[in-house]
Amino acid sequence: MLSRQASQEAAHTVNAAGRKRNRWWMTVMPLYLFTIFFVALPIVYLFVLSFLTRAQTWGVVNEFTLDNYLKILKPVYLNTFKESFQMAVLTTLGTLFIGYPFGYLMAKLPKKTKSLMMLCVVIPFWTSALMRMYGWIILFRSNGLLDKVLMGIGLTDSPLKLLYSYPAVLVGMVYSLLPFMILSVYSSTDKMDWSLVEAARDLGATRWTAFFTVTIKMTLPGILSGIILVFIPSMGLFFIADILGGGKVMLVGNLIQNQLQSGRDWPFAAALSVVLMVFTSMMIWIYRKATGVKDLEGLL
Amino acid sequence: MKKRTIRLSAVYQALLLLFMYLPICVVVVYSFNVSRNTTVWTGWTLDWYRKLAGNRSLLEALKNSLILASLSSGAAGIIGTLGAVGMARIEWKTKGAIEYISTIPIMIPEIILGMVFMAFFAMLSLPFGMVTLVLGHTTFCVPYVFMMVKSGLVGIDKSLGEAAKDLGASEIRAFFDITLPLILPAVISGMLLAFAMSLDDVVISIFVTGARTNTLPIRIYTQLKSGVTPEINALCTVMLAVTFLLVGLSRFLGNKISR
Repeated sequence: MLSRQASQEAAHTVNAAGRKRNRWWMTVMPLYLFTIFFVALPIVYLFVLSFLTRAQTWGVVNEFTLDNYLKILKPVYLNTFKESFQMAVLTTLGTLFIGYPFGYLMAKLPKKTKSLMMLCVVIPFWTSALMRMYGWIILFRSNGLLDKVLMGIGLTDSPLKLLYSYPAVLVGMVYSLLPFMILSVYSSTDKMDWSLVEAARDLGATRWTAFFTVTIKMTLPGILSGIILVFIPSMGLFFIADILGGGKVMLVGNLIQNQLQSGRDWPFAAALSVVLMVFTSMMIWIYRKATGVKDLEGLL
Repeated sequence: MKKRTIRLSAVYQALLLLFMYLPICVVVVYSFNVSRNTTVWTGWTLDWYRKLAGNRSLLEALKNSLILASLSSGAAGIIGTLGAVGMARIEWKTKGAIEYISTIPIMIPEIILGMVFMAFFAMLSLPFGMVTLVLGHTTFCVPYVFMMVKSGLVGIDKSLGEAAKDLGASEIRAFFDITLPLILPAVISGMLLAFAMSLDDVVISIFVTGARTNTLPIRIYTQLKSGVTPEINALCTVMLAVTFLLVGLSRFLGNKISR
């Protein structure tokens, strides 16, 4: 009897707690409303816009068309996509080869140096991207600092004319996105179970075999998330191509910006954005399927 | 053998740090150059800082940027923190979808977001200016706060809040006395990150700003494309100092709170 009463009481408190918990819906409302009105709705509108017709002079006409998508198939625009893709692949490979060892070594540092190193990686990330691009302009400029140093030590005897070239854009891209790769790799290396590597070593594997068979596999989530975090923005960073490429390098981002600001063809720009968005969402989806991880590693 | 590897890795790390800091250092050093041309060095001066202090339009742009970053990171702080705390306590079917959609702004290339807002705000015929800037920036600030707080909540012992409630504290009281102090470092670092991202943003700002509202990155961007005066170097240097201060402050606060 007593125990029954107790259990009833317990059930009562559980119910009360349940009812109380319901009040938390109020706290998620701002997030829900904001997300629906200012993220979901605008994106839906982008899709709609990409099927509308461009008006003769300015703006759009509410007429359904597929022309905007068909236009992308023109060789000029397809080529831009191809070039963007190439740039993104090169940027990703660049950050991977330069950033992986750094992220890996960083995780192996003693604790104090580690946090200092972390700070060193994060600070450039916090400084203005434009300021860093400006630094590269000064370095790359004809007769600029890099030319002076190279000519000074006798490696070259005339200015390299690096600014406004493809390599300059590539360096700018790799440079800007490197911290993402480093932090991703670092975060998965830091969490790694080193005993597995030790086990491999005990079983007779050399340092390098152990690294390539065990460590690489265990840091794969970090590598993949780094790849995503670098690859996706690199398709759209039009201002780097603009500033360091001087109009010589045309990426999808530049194309969209041109259409919006000078071409005034918003529906076409919308169609380009939709294609780019579908492409990047597919990459994220594949990443999630492949790793089973919901949040990107080391994003924050 | 082992010693050599260690030395090699140290050299490599030093080189990479040099790569990361070289462009920044160059900008700082040339802010003290007498000549306005960055291909020659003609001596040290503080003139550009003096000129900067008198440059109304640059300072106006700086003011706009600071207002914009404060408003959007502030709004994101409220929306993101409340959202993350609430999301951990409700079981709705739409939860996952909303969470996913809310992080879209930092997942897709920025230019798409810029395009999306430009078209959307034009459709709503909102006047382009500070309002559209704040709305645009808040969307990409929210995920930073949200994700930080969400991961901050994971580390928290849930039983602490339950204990407080068992001892008679109301839900709200338990939140303000127990949960909030525990997640405060996450909230602050999320907001600082959002602030920095907003302060630095060019891409979205270019698309959603009006003809009369300039932010600092937009000013710098247009100057980089036309022609730069070392005032920009001076300005970048000042901003860098502010960044150092902010990073330092956030770490200091973080340490203090976690102790």
